[in-house]
Amino acid sequence: MSEKPLTSDSQRGPLFADPRFWKRALSMLRPFLALAAVVLLFAVADQRFSEKPAFFTADNFTNVVSQTAIVAVAALGMTVIIIAGGIDLSAGTAIALAATVLAWCLKEDVATKLVAGDSVASATARLKSANDELGRVNKELKALGEKSPGNSVIAEKLLDLGNATHEVERREQRLASVKMVSQSWSKWTPTLAVLAALGCGCLCGFVNGALISVLRVVPFIVTLGTMQLFLGLAKQIASNSTVRPDRASQVPDWFSSLLSIRPETLWLKLPAGVWLTLLLAGLLAAGLHWTVFSRYVFALGSNEATARLCGINVRWNKIAVYTLSGLFVGIAGLYQFSRLTVGNPTSGTGLELKVISAVVIGGASLSGGRGSVLGTLLGALIMSVIGNGCTMLGLENPVQDMILGVIIVAAVTLDQFRQKAVGGRQ
Amino acid sequence: MSSPVLTMSGISKSFGATQALRDVSLDVPVGRVLALIGENGAGKSTLMKVLSGAHVPDAGTMTLNERPFTPSGPHDARLAGVGMIYQELNLAPDLSVEDNIMLGQEHSRFGMLNRRAQQAKVREVLELLGHPDLPPSTPVRELPIAQQQLVEIARALASDCKVIVFDEPTSSLTRSDVEHLFAVIRRLKSAGLGIVYISHFLEEIRQVSDCYAVLRDGQSVGSGELSDTTDTDIVSLMVGRDVSELFPSVPHTPGEVMLQVRCLSGESSPVDVSFELRRGEILGIAGLIGAGRTELLRCLFGLDEVASGDAIRSPDAYVRTLGRRRPSYGCSPRRRIAEGFGLVSEDRKTEGLAQSRSIADNMTYSRLKPYSRFGWLNLNRRRTAVADWMRRLHVKAASPEQSVGELSGGNQQKVAIARVLHQEADILLLDEPTRGIDVGTKAEIYRLMGEQAAAGKAIIFVSSYLTELLAVCDRVAVMSRGRMKEVRAAKDWTEEAVMAVAVSV
Repeated sequence: MSEKPLTSDSQRGPLFADPRFWKRALSMLRPFLALAAVVLLFAVADQRFSEKPAFFTADNFTNVVSQTAIVAVAALGMTVIIIAGGIDLSAGTAIALAATVLAWCLKEDVATKLVAGDSVASATARLKSANDELGRVNKELKALGEKSPGNSVIAEKLLDLGNATHEVERREQRLASVKMVSQSWSKWTPTLAVLAALGCGCLCGFVNGALISVLRVVPFIVTLGTMQLFLGLAKQIASNSTVRPDRASQVPDWFSSLLSIRPETLWLKLPAGVWLTLLLAGLLAAGLHWTVFSRYVFALGSNEATARLCGINVRWNKIAVYTLSGLFVGIAGLYQFSRLTVGNPTSGTGLELKVISAVVIGGASLSGGRGSVLGTLLGALIMSVIGNGCTMLGLENPVQDMILGVIIVAAVTLDQFRQKAVGGRQ
Repeated sequence: MSSPVLTMSGISKSFGATQALRDVSLDVPVGRVLALIGENGAGKSTLMKVLSGAHVPDAGTMTLNERPFTPSGPHDARLAGVGMIYQELNLAPDLSVEDNIMLGQEHSRFGMLNRRAQQAKVREVLELLGHPDLPPSTPVRELPIAQQQLVEIARALASDCKVIVFDEPTSSLTRSDVEHLFAVIRRLKSAGLGIVYISHFLEEIRQVSDCYAVLRDGQSVGSGELSDTTDTDIVSLMVGRDVSELFPSVPHTPGEVMLQVRCLSGESSPVDVSFELRRGEILGIAGLIGAGRTELLRCLFGLDEVASGDAIRSPDAYVRTLGRRRPSYGCSPRRRIAEGFGLVSEDRKTEGLAQSRSIADNMTYSRLKPYSRFGWLNLNRRRTAVADWMRRLHVKAASPEQSVGELSGGNQQKVAIARVLHQEADILLLDEPTRGIDVGTKAEIYRLMGEQAAAGKAIIFVSSYLTELLAVCDRVAVMSRGRMKEVRAAKDWTEEAVMAVAVSV
């Protein structure tokens, strides 16, 4: 049998002579090019049409970047899900839930509550009601004294007075002890609150993952359901309103400065939250390249049947994927709270679509198996640049929405074309 | 003899490098049933796809009712008078019988359905079928399979078909339903239609057909009247005689028993299968498509549910599958891999390989441990190992990072086999490992199998290509309708004998 001639597959030349190298390079650069194009477009338009051009300035850059952080950090988690061939529609309401939990923990001074079983605020409120009771009994006694009725009635009221006084004393003591506890423990409340928010995010993700892999229902439907579920939970926690911790006494400064662009809160020219996002993105990118788990994630998204055939534990890996994404949702919840400083249960509605859009614009494929951290960050950035640029140009909100819509459809169409090109030989 | 209603002459069709049909001619006479016979992959389906307009032939002409017939698509072919009844039914399950029959050929005026005309047509067609009892307003979903098939036939009749093709119509029917179907076919025949009947089962063919045509390797190799032909003649036409030199043999000798399967049954197939597999042995499994060969491998590998039976994996483990209802516990592929099983799937595209991932990923998914530490991979070490495997198996690719989808079929198959070898499986379950790949690569795979057997591994080799089974295997088992019919040493089989067992009911 004669040796077959070498196919183009086996040719090895210098790297730059290989057309495949350039193709790869181009596909890596594509999101950058898109971002550059959008920035250039708005910069030029801004120069020409605005009276005071402010788009292409360092301040505005800081502003855009910090606005992006919430969507970007949630989109990091969503990237993992989408690579694994899933989708999470509950991300938006889960972010709001995490933020609401965080706000509730701060408001209720959760550390003190855990140790003393009570918070200063509620102990104070109860002392006040006991005092009111005492005042009421005193008043009644006085009124009786003027009428001078029988001894038995007076004796009864005096007994009431004794009880009320005793109750007040008891509650004073209780308040004192709670205050003492709070002095040493209250400082842990913010930490606990943050942990609770992150845990809440992870739990939301875990619930999604468990439902998807145990019930074997498509992720779209499962997360459509949990989206509503998380919204309801958040409303329940907030008693169907907004949780407002006291800004002066209950919300530490670093919360609100996390994404603030006031010059004194910046750290190396950017808000700390942005740096944290970049750090997480770096970690995730490394993880998606060098971990065993990442191989399984890509395998799941690329072909679940192959994953099963290769002995990959499909169920647990799916749960892990959604739980990991939940962690990012928790962090996004923290950011959301730091922007609003209140826990608003409905503040995340619709956010999931922005998150998914960022991932898709970044070049991930909704059919799974493809996506990158860098692409997602750039996708999120492209979206906020468009929003910000439109505002700068004085374009109305409706126009922004329409432009975003067009961009998303274009990105997905492009993705399909690329998919066909990659499909290649069979 | 009457003139043919349909003539196909000189039909050729190729897909890339493979010539699926070469100068095939076929005459379908009026009022008779023509049986189209051939092994899997002989070109029957391709020929019928040409007839139904799904494929455009590279060369050749067709005439229908003495007029040139060049269908532009399936719908066009149907309107011209060619009806196809496939193995898989093509019905809209939630529509009624009437709507299904008239689907795509509705009687309408200005976009409004002319219900009365439709009902008349449906009644007429059902009458012709001999089943006026079918309720026209029932959703098709509620009918049993046999009656759903009648709806499909009625649909073909409603478009005034001259020729109806039945492609393995009995595979999902019970015995008595088959009898009913044959009665219907005879009725249609006497109504003057030309009928093409495709089946593997010679007995069925004898019951319902008048004449036959045999395809082999995409060519017509014989035709005639069934009444003056014996089964043996037909089988030898199907199998052919050319034994080539393409089977490099590596000497290997079977050793002690490695896997003993006892009364293994799946959900529907396999049925009650028992056999044993020895170290250093290649056991071939022959049978027609749907005989339960793939299902047997999948049950063994934990991919399909096992209804009953068990297997002893010597010397290490007792592979318990008895009465397990949940494949994810206890008999998952994960556990089988740990026990030394390895499966190469028959379907590279949808199951065997993650097409968009790299060669390196695909090769190592089932065993990443050697390259990982605390969950982090040493990609350089993996790259070296994968490159080494690529050299050993002559995988032609630019680099281990190239995505599998860009490779040729043969190279993809080598990656799938490399994965099983890389995971150090010593019981290899190979499902059609040579399907759709070129002759040279096939020879390489045969040699590789011989080498692995010589190295003390046990191999189960499922194939529809009899010549390779008999040349490569030590023993060959034949399956039919889920059961393992007979196991013999390969040298005690002839292709005719295998076929005879495979087509027996």
